[in-house]
Amino acid sequence: MRASLRDVEYQVTTVIHTENLTRRFGSFVAVDHLNFELQAGEVLGYLGPNGSGKTTTIRMLLGLLHPSEGRAQVLGYDVVAQSEEVRARSGYMSQKFSLYHELTVHENLAFYAGVYGVRNPNRVKEVLESLGLAPVQGQAVQNLSTGWRQRLALATAIVHQPGLLFLDEPTSGVDPVARRAFWDLIYELSAQGITVMVTTHYMDEAEYCSQVGIMRQGRLLALEEPGRLKQSLPGQVWEVYAEPLLPALEALEKLTGVQRVALAGDFLRVITTPGLELDFLHQHLAASGMQVTALQPGAATLEDVFMTISGG
Amino acid sequence: MSEILIRANGLHKTFGSTHAVAGVSLQVAAGELYGLVGPDGAGKTTLLRLLCGVLHPEQGEVWLGQLDMAHQPEQARQQIGYLAQRFSLYEELTVLENLRFFAEVRGISAQHWGPRSQEVLEFVGLAEFSDRRAGQLSGGMKQKLGLALALINRPRILLLDEPTTGVDPLTRQEFWRLIIRLLQEEAPAVLLSTPYMDEAARCTRLGFLQAGKLVCEGTARQLRARLTNRVMELAGQPYSLLASLAKADPGVEGVQRFGNRFHLRVQEGQLQAVLQRLAGSIRAAGGQLDSLQPIEPQLEDVFIQLSEGSAL
Repeated sequence: MRASLRDVEYQVTTVIHTENLTRRFGSFVAVDHLNFELQAGEVLGYLGPNGSGKTTTIRMLLGLLHPSEGRAQVLGYDVVAQSEEVRARSGYMSQKFSLYHELTVHENLAFYAGVYGVRNPNRVKEVLESLGLAPVQGQAVQNLSTGWRQRLALATAIVHQPGLLFLDEPTSGVDPVARRAFWDLIYELSAQGITVMVTTHYMDEAEYCSQVGIMRQGRLLALEEPGRLKQSLPGQVWEVYAEPLLPALEALEKLTGVQRVALAGDFLRVITTPGLELDFLHQHLAASGMQVTALQPGAATLEDVFMTISGG
Repeated sequence: MSEILIRANGLHKTFGSTHAVAGVSLQVAAGELYGLVGPDGAGKTTLLRLLCGVLHPEQGEVWLGQLDMAHQPEQARQQIGYLAQRFSLYEELTVLENLRFFAEVRGISAQHWGPRSQEVLEFVGLAEFSDRRAGQLSGGMKQKLGLALALINRPRILLLDEPTTGVDPLTRQEFWRLIIRLLQEEAPAVLLSTPYMDEAARCTRLGFLQAGKLVCEGTARQLRARLTNRVMELAGQPYSLLASLAKADPGVEGVQRFGNRFHLRVQEGQLQAVLQRLAGSIRAAGGQLDSLQPIEPQLEDVFIQLSEGSAL
C-alpha cells in the first residue's frame, strides 16, 4: 500500500528524471551519462561553459534530439517514445527566438496558440496581459527592442500552459534592468506552479534559482541549492584591492596556498586554502611591489563556486 | 597628459523617426579604457559604428588621433581595431587563414602579416591552434580569434561592442586579462560597451548612454558616489513580505533583489527614518529581519536609478 502511494507521489512531483542520458556527435561526447531529478515547482539554474552540453541536454529532454544512450522522463513521459506528449506539456524558449518579424505581437502569439492547439479563445489575450505585452500587441516584431522580443518569445513558450518551461540563455544581450524584469516574470510563472529549467552565464541570476546545476565537458558536476553550493566551497575567499591589477593577480596566482584568483569589478577575488593568514597575503603583495588599498575576507558567491568547479 | 585618440563632437544619427544618437561628445585618451553602458536601444552600437566609420553622422565629427573621419576616412580607420557584437569568422578556413584574409582586407603587406599573425596568436593564446578550422573552435576560442583579428593591424584604437555577451564566466576572465595586458603593454585607447556591471567597474571611465544621449560620465567611483547614503541592504524572510513592506515605505524609491538580499534605494536624507520605520513594520507583520543597514552603493544600483530616468 505504502509503496504504491509513493509511486503516485513520485509521478506527480518528479518533473524531470534522467538515467545515464548521453549524446555523442561522432567521437565527441556532448552529454555524458547525466543522472538527475527535478521536482515540481523548482527553478533550476543550469550553468556551464560554452559547449559544455547545456543546450544538448535541453534538446534531448524535449525529444528534439535522441539520446545515444540512457533515457529520460519528462512530466512522466519518455522523451523518445512519447516526445509529442512531452512537447505538448513543455514550453521552450531557445537562444534564437523563433518569431515572425513581419507579423505583429498578437499575430505571432495567435500563431503559436494555433500550433499548440490552444482551444481557449481568451488565452492569447490573457498571456499578452500577464506578460505586459498588451500595449505593443499591434506592433510588428521587427520594430521592437530586444527586451520586448524576449518577452514575446516567453509568451509563445507559455501560451499552451505548460507544466515545465525550458529557457535557454533567455537574458543574453539584455540590459540589467530588463534582466531583472524578466526574472520577475519567471518568479510569477513559478508561483503559478510552473517548473523552470533555465541556462545562464549570469551568476547573479543563478542566485535566484532554487537549484543550481553546473556542467563541464558534458558532465553534471554539481546539483544543489545555491546556499549549499556556496557552503561547499573548500577554501577561504578574500577581496583584494591592489594596484596594478594584473601584476597583483599574477603575483597571487604564484603563491602557495592560493587556489584561484579572479577579476571582480575593480578588485580581485582570491580563494585560498583555509587557515591562510591575511598578513601572509598582504606581505607577499607588498614584497612584489603592489600597492594594496584593502584586503578583507569575503563571503563565497556562486561565481566563486562556478569558477572552482568548472575551471577544473 | 596622454594623447587623446578618440574625439567625438556633437554626433547625431537618425534612422527614420528614431534619433539613435542625439548629440554625443566624448574623448578617450591613450591607455584609457572607456566603458559605454546603458539600456538596450540607448544607441551604444550606433555610436560605436559612427566612431569606426561604418556609419556616417548627420551632424558632428569624429577625430581619431590627428585624423578627421569625414576627410581622411581610410587613414583614420587604419588606426582602428573593431570587434562587432556578432562578428563573423570563415568557419571553413583555419585560424591562420582567417587572419591572413583579414590582414589582406586591411591592406597589410604579405611580408608583414606573417610575423604579426604569429604575434597576435601568441598574445591571445591560440598559437598552437593556427591550423584548426575556425568552425572547430570552442566559443571561448572564437572570441579570442575575434580579438586577434581586431589586433592584426596594431591598432592604437580598439572599439569592442559587447565583446563578452553570451560568453561564460571563465572565458570572460580570460578575455579581460588580455584586454588589461594589452593596455599595460601598448596603451591603446579602448572603448567598449558592456551589459556587465562588474566589467564596467573595471573601466577607467564610464559613460551612461540613454535615448542617444550621454547622460552621465565619470569613474566608477564617481558614479557610485551619486547614491552615497541612499542605499540600504535588507535581509530576512519571507521575501515577498519584505519586498512589499519595503515598497510601501514612503521613503523608499526602489526595491531590487541582489542574490538573497534586497537593495533599497531611499530618498535623500531618509536613511534613518526608513531604517526605524521599516524595521518596525517588518516585525509588526511577523516577518523575520536578519539585517537592515546602509551600504556602499554598487554600480548596478546606479545603473537602475539612471535607467529609471530619475537622474539629476
